[in-house]
Amino acid sequence: MSKMNDVSKSKLHGLWALTNRELKKWYKAPTVFILTLIQPVIWLGLLGNALNLGSLVSSSSITFPADLASQFTPQQLGILNDFFSNVGDQILQSTFGTTSYISFMAVGMIAFTALFTTMFSGMSVVWDRRLGFLNKALSTPVSRAVIIFSKVLSAALRSMFQAAIILIIALPLGFQFGDAFTPINILGVFAFLFLICLGLSSLFIAINIRSTRMETPMAVMNLLNLPLTFASSAFFPIERMPDWLQAVANVNPLSYTMNGMRQLLINSTIDYSQLALQYAYVGIFAAVLTTIGIVLSWRFLNK
Amino acid sequence: MSEDAIKAEGLTKVFNGSLVAVDHVNFSVKHGEIFGFLGPNGAGKTTTINMLITILKPTDGKASILGYDIAKQNHEVRYSIGLVPQEYTADEDLTGYENILLCADLYGISREVSKKRALELLELVELTEFKDKKVQTFSGGMRRRLELACGLINRPKVLFLDEPTLGLDVQTRAATWNYIKRLKKEFGMTLFMTTHYLEEADALCDRIAIIDHGKIIVVGTPTELKDSLGGDIITVGIQKDVDITGLVKKIEHVKEVKKENGTYMIKSENGEITAPLIIEALRKEGHVVTRLSLTKPTLNEVYLQYTGRSMRDAEESGESLAAKRFTRARFRH
Repeated sequence: MSKMNDVSKSKLHGLWALTNRELKKWYKAPTVFILTLIQPVIWLGLLGNALNLGSLVSSSSITFPADLASQFTPQQLGILNDFFSNVGDQILQSTFGTTSYISFMAVGMIAFTALFTTMFSGMSVVWDRRLGFLNKALSTPVSRAVIIFSKVLSAALRSMFQAAIILIIALPLGFQFGDAFTPINILGVFAFLFLICLGLSSLFIAINIRSTRMETPMAVMNLLNLPLTFASSAFFPIERMPDWLQAVANVNPLSYTMNGMRQLLINSTIDYSQLALQYAYVGIFAAVLTTIGIVLSWRFLNK
Repeated sequence: MSEDAIKAEGLTKVFNGSLVAVDHVNFSVKHGEIFGFLGPNGAGKTTTINMLITILKPTDGKASILGYDIAKQNHEVRYSIGLVPQEYTADEDLTGYENILLCADLYGISREVSKKRALELLELVELTEFKDKKVQTFSGGMRRRLELACGLINRPKVLFLDEPTLGLDVQTRAATWNYIKRLKKEFGMTLFMTTHYLEEADALCDRIAIIDHGKIIVVGTPTELKDSLGGDIITVGIQKDVDITGLVKKIEHVKEVKKENGTYMIKSENGEITAPLIIEALRKEGHVVTRLSLTKPTLNEVYLQYTGRSMRDAEESGESLAAKRFTRARFRH
């Protein structure tokens, strides 16, 4: 056919167009865009300070009783203060891997934002179906896999962008990079985000693609949201959780993502064998769920 | 090139192993023809279209578009067809121009070519001055025209239109009819359309198929279908309550007489000529004619004759109902 001369024969054609379509809905709608940027500020500002576990063990939360304090010279009191503050820092360091709780939580926020972004991206497939866009796209030569993968890719790109924003916002709020941090580590963080988004997004799309109503995915997302967030190391280290919760948190891929990103961003040393394990876990999670997601979606689209 | 633009042979779709949506359907559409596909809700129209545009796989039978098998050569089929869906699929946050370019990208058309074509198409559907406005500011009519432009971006040889004038005002509908006629005349395009507006089918379609319960009941030109009803209907009422069936049946051209609630429905070809004959015959026998009317059959009668009068909303699939309700609700805002 002569008509086919001016069209590309690449199997991946349309991938960027469809991905960009998703992204445009976000960056071209100023309200949505600004709200997605404000959300982490609120989380970090409110929760990060309200839940400031660091203050529990800082020296300022310890006041000496007056009769006790009178037995010491001001010099000695200063030394004692330093001592307690030192002990506090050590507790924080051993619990959170950093002396700054807000840094610990900011990394949790990054993974948390990725979870939400993938959930919403999964829901957008319901809109596409209801509004007829999915059928429209299916009648064009664009590959079925590209239609699905564009959603996954847009979720991953959005999450990476939001991660960068969270880090920038967290800096004036007291975020401290760890001693082991180098700018290259940011790429490692993006790799984690990309993998976790790949897995979660594929899963959510496979769940939602069969649904024609918004209520079903909402219910599913709400159900998954809480355990995935709180049975993870988002706000508190797993080692300090009760055993049964540890069991859940230890299989939660978000925990591995967060712990891996914390190593790269805020810890004073990086345990490379741990890091490799974390990458492997998140990578296998992504590979398995992407396969399941694409197979399930594929079967639905090839009825 | 094959003789028919679209050919379906024994095309069948069974859902969930038991629900027969389309049942061994046969039809063909010639090159350059406007083919109308009519039928009640849930009759199998959408399922048939979805199979032809390669969204659904046939359970049995086969169909081809421009000679390409819809199951085995679906890639070629997709390059040759365009779709103007019933829903408004354009993205509200994007401009009209961006939406057309997005459609072009789905066909892998290079930016150079697609930019030129997009402008031509915007001109065709008279949206050039709104090309950089976000679609959310468009009226229903403008959105429908944009859908048409998107469906034409790959210069399809066969265009599928699903309820192209659903919910449009009279002016926009007339304009849409004009576009459709132009596509056939100027580009020799083959058009396959579904509609619920029978006067639309009458005005536009070269041939019509009526489908019900998954089966094609009748195919023909609008004139053929109307003639198949056996001509015009003359309704006569007389003063006295006596049976005149036998008397009327003897009159020339009269084909059928039915008594309904005291009036007689008389089927006849060339009703204009038969009606005076009936009045004369009745007068001669001393009957006083109290009422008389002559109805030329429209596609409405044809349609009701073949599909019956019962409503079908209950049979419509939940999904398409929900989608329609949703689309309507959206545009109320």
